[in-house]
Amino acid sequence: MSRLKILALLPLAAALSGCDYVVLAPAGDIAAQQRDLVIISTVLMLLIVVPVMALTVLFAWRYRQSNTSARYEPEWDHSTKLELVIWSAPLLIIVCLGALTWMGTHLLDPYRTLGRIKAEQAVDQSKAPLEVDVVALDWKWLFIYPDYGIATVNDLAAPVDRPIQFRITASSVMNSFYIPALAGQIYAMPGMETKLHAVVNHAGTYKGFSANYSGAGFSGMHFNFQGLDDKGFDAWIASAKSAGGSLGRAEYLQLEKPSQNEPVRRYGTIDSDLYRLILNMCVETGKMCQSEMMAIDAKGGRGHEGLNNTLPLTYDKYARRGTPLGPEPTFVAGTCTPDAPQGQTTASIKAPTDIAPLTGAGLKRPTFAPLKSSSFFLGQRPKSDS
Amino acid sequence: MSPDLLKLIFGRLGLESLPLHEPIVVGTFVVVALGGATLLAGLTYFRLWGYLWREWFTTVDHKRIGIMYMILGIVMLLRGFADALMMRGQQMLAFGGSEGYLNAHHYDQVFTAHGVIMIFFVAMPLVTGLMNYVVPLQIGARDVSFPFLNNFSFWMTVGGAVLVMASLFIGEFARTGWLAYPPLSNIGYSPDVGVDYYIWALQVAGVGTTLSGINLICTIVKLRCPGMTMMKMPVFTWTSLCTNILIVASFPVLTVVLALLSLDRYVGTNFFTNDFGGSPMMYVNLIWIWGHPEVYILVLPAFGIFSEVTSTFSGKRLFGYTSMVYATVVITILSYLVWLHHFFTMGSGASVNSFFGITTMIISIPTGAKMFNWLFTMYRGRIRYELPMMWTIAFMLTFVLGGMTGVLLAVPPADFVLHNSLFLIAHFHNVIIGGVVFGAFAGINYWFPKAFGFKLDVFWGKLSFWFWVVGFYVAFMPLYVLGLMGVTRRLRVFDDPSLQIWFVIAAIGAFLVFLGILSMLMQFAVSLLKREQLKDVTGDPWDARTLEWATSSPPPDYNFAFTPVVHDNDAWWDMKKRGYQRPLTGFRPIHMPSSTGTGVILAGLATAMGFGLIWYIWWLAAASFLAMLAVGIGHTFNYHRDFDIPAEDVIRTEDARTKLLAGAK
Repeated sequence: MSRLKILALLPLAAALSGCDYVVLAPAGDIAAQQRDLVIISTVLMLLIVVPVMALTVLFAWRYRQSNTSARYEPEWDHSTKLELVIWSAPLLIIVCLGALTWMGTHLLDPYRTLGRIKAEQAVDQSKAPLEVDVVALDWKWLFIYPDYGIATVNDLAAPVDRPIQFRITASSVMNSFYIPALAGQIYAMPGMETKLHAVVNHAGTYKGFSANYSGAGFSGMHFNFQGLDDKGFDAWIASAKSAGGSLGRAEYLQLEKPSQNEPVRRYGTIDSDLYRLILNMCVETGKMCQSEMMAIDAKGGRGHEGLNNTLPLTYDKYARRGTPLGPEPTFVAGTCTPDAPQGQTTASIKAPTDIAPLTGAGLKRPTFAPLKSSSFFLGQRPKSDS
Repeated sequence: MSPDLLKLIFGRLGLESLPLHEPIVVGTFVVVALGGATLLAGLTYFRLWGYLWREWFTTVDHKRIGIMYMILGIVMLLRGFADALMMRGQQMLAFGGSEGYLNAHHYDQVFTAHGVIMIFFVAMPLVTGLMNYVVPLQIGARDVSFPFLNNFSFWMTVGGAVLVMASLFIGEFARTGWLAYPPLSNIGYSPDVGVDYYIWALQVAGVGTTLSGINLICTIVKLRCPGMTMMKMPVFTWTSLCTNILIVASFPVLTVVLALLSLDRYVGTNFFTNDFGGSPMMYVNLIWIWGHPEVYILVLPAFGIFSEVTSTFSGKRLFGYTSMVYATVVITILSYLVWLHHFFTMGSGASVNSFFGITTMIISIPTGAKMFNWLFTMYRGRIRYELPMMWTIAFMLTFVLGGMTGVLLAVPPADFVLHNSLFLIAHFHNVIIGGVVFGAFAGINYWFPKAFGFKLDVFWGKLSFWFWVVGFYVAFMPLYVLGLMGVTRRLRVFDDPSLQIWFVIAAIGAFLVFLGILSMLMQFAVSLLKREQLKDVTGDPWDARTLEWATSSPPPDYNFAFTPVVHDNDAWWDMKKRGYQRPLTGFRPIHMPSSTGTGVILAGLATAMGFGLIWYIWWLAAASFLAMLAVGIGHTFNYHRDFDIPAEDVIRTEDARTKLLAGAK
């Protein structure tokens, strides 16, 4: 049995050298620390797994029926000393591993800003990290560089040894943003924001992809991540700038429609508010931004209007077909005003700009300004540098 | 006919719902239809319908229901494994610009169906079947607490399986992955019938599973024979008790979360949509609050089987019975505190993630204790390498590896790099095949002679064993390797040609497992043909220790002519040691439950209702629902629920056994 298993592993061992074990040999400090944790945990567990496997083989062989020279004690079924050992040995391992887990999880929390570039180099706090906004679309990745005013599709680059701060969301379904060489993955979810902090230490081109199945085009949802030196990165930004195209709300709505195996695209200019609109699911005109909805809810809700005017709150865009038994989404088509007592029909549906009429009876008239930072979001935990 | 009328009658079911343009599906259909027609013709020709209906379909005998569960599990294993072969084939071929032979529409259904079928319709029936067969015998009972409910539960499970199978030829199955995460599984992104098949198959089968859980808990708590205190119960009964407690406490969560998803899909609520502030994260939490206990639902009975087998074939009392029981109970409780480890990557805080990581690791302590208990049961034993024991050794060596990678995945930062990768796939196949499947096979080989009165053929059994074990390692070790290369799951096509070799190796492994399954079917066939040579008249072919071996093989309808009295946790071993004499006189009539067809009818109606709801055939759904109510209420007026086996019949049965036993000596 054990011999056969070793045989089965032989071809694997032989081929080990030729392959790219990116999880074990990453290019970023975060992934490297995660790799260390993988290896330390494995070694810790092998301390108990190897003896168990060896004992299994040993006992299975030694106490076989034909070996009549081995001791046979059919009634022996208890030993307090042994019981103590078999409960405490795994317990000790788990105590060590638990401590390691607690520390590792906090130190490598993807929301935590980086403290070091690599083992022997601390982060230079005077330099700002590179900010990248990531949007998982059906089925491609949109990367927005707010500081540079450019955006790309399926193409990501970052300068070596500069901390990167990803803000991640999605347009329709769940995906997972994963560049094995850089850092562990984190889910990309519509209407929510997750964060990832990482740094790449070695120049090179690495693979990135979605690690959470998201539908028909999932297999093609990958991109190249380039770690570049500063000069190379500037050139990369410049080439994106000169690529021309511009990404505004209309272009985004076109882009987010499902498509497969998208080539790289670059946009030299972008709507600077676009990421916030995507995150709040209100790129489309007429949709109420989630941040507005939450602010309204926090102040007591919208009263009757909230029940009837549902269209601005239906965010499942291109695919929503309605349910067989449910009501169609409704919207307020007209309102009666003193000037037009019969009601006034609006041609297009707009998100309410003046919410004064929405005040519930007896409630204080709200003072409302759209939130600057959408810290209401579930995915966005307020974070102190712990 | 007008389209409106057609829609009223057929809902959204139309000719275009039949995949006539898909050669693979049509080919499969032809084969299945021919096979099915041959089977039906054979049954009719040999006039077996009446026999099947009276003796099997309507039976309330826990032994026959248990056997039917096992047959269901094995039949569905063939389907689920066909899916596995298709996936391995696709991933082996789809390199260097090749699209493979499956398009996304098919491939995505195949991996979803594989997961759903293997968990719900293979592993669950195998485990439930063994519990159903063995538990009442082990505790010296005549049947389960609610025999009719048992029959009904089984047919509901079949109903779910029928719906999944129907999706192959009528419409399509879900393309969402086996847990159908929204928003992808919501109506906006999966408007077709696939997810509805998923929901209703699981809902129908889930009713059966929950009721069967209640039934077995009640049986174990109330029907133990005199003298069998809780701490004298066989370990398999203990693990069954814990498993069924897990079932009863967790399946309602699945029922509710699927009900919420169907409300989203049918009436436009927004529990898990993006609209109106719905939260898909809630679904992910809820489904894993069911999903993680489910893992232990499957593996705990397997642990019980290994305990029985190890102690029997080592010819020795189980080492550390008490700590074994406590380990089981601790696992049962802890299994509710770990669900979040399935989605560390969803963005919870570090403290939440570490809490769930550490609770997960803590489970490995009682599990490790169990492993040592089996080890020390073998220690100073006399181990006979019959098939069940071989599966047990394979389990012990395989499962520790799977356990180790599992604990590794419980370290959140490690999970960040391995989550959803093929490493994860390798891990859970390592524990489910190495634990549950090997356990079920150990159980089948162990209890088969009890159920049928003859042992299973050893040659084909060993062949199957080696194909399975070697095949498992060849199929899944490459996936560990691929996971470390950062290859994620559910991919249909690949760019990097250097990965191909690993997928080829994995496909070879899958093929070896396929040979293992074929050998197992051969083993059944050969054993049936050689049943006279393999016959066991003693009822105790393994020199075993627990009560089920005290009665004949197969046991009589009433299990035990006299209710046994137990003085030791290895009850039968104890009886043998004390020179137990089988009573030969003094038999009395035995009170037994009567068969009823109500379970079959109710489950059939539930399946029809599911089908109606899937295809929006509202009249069918409503009519089936009303009919279910009517049949259910009607059944309360059935006063022919029990009968007495006359004393003469008992005497005749027992005398026949006396003669057999005398002949054996």
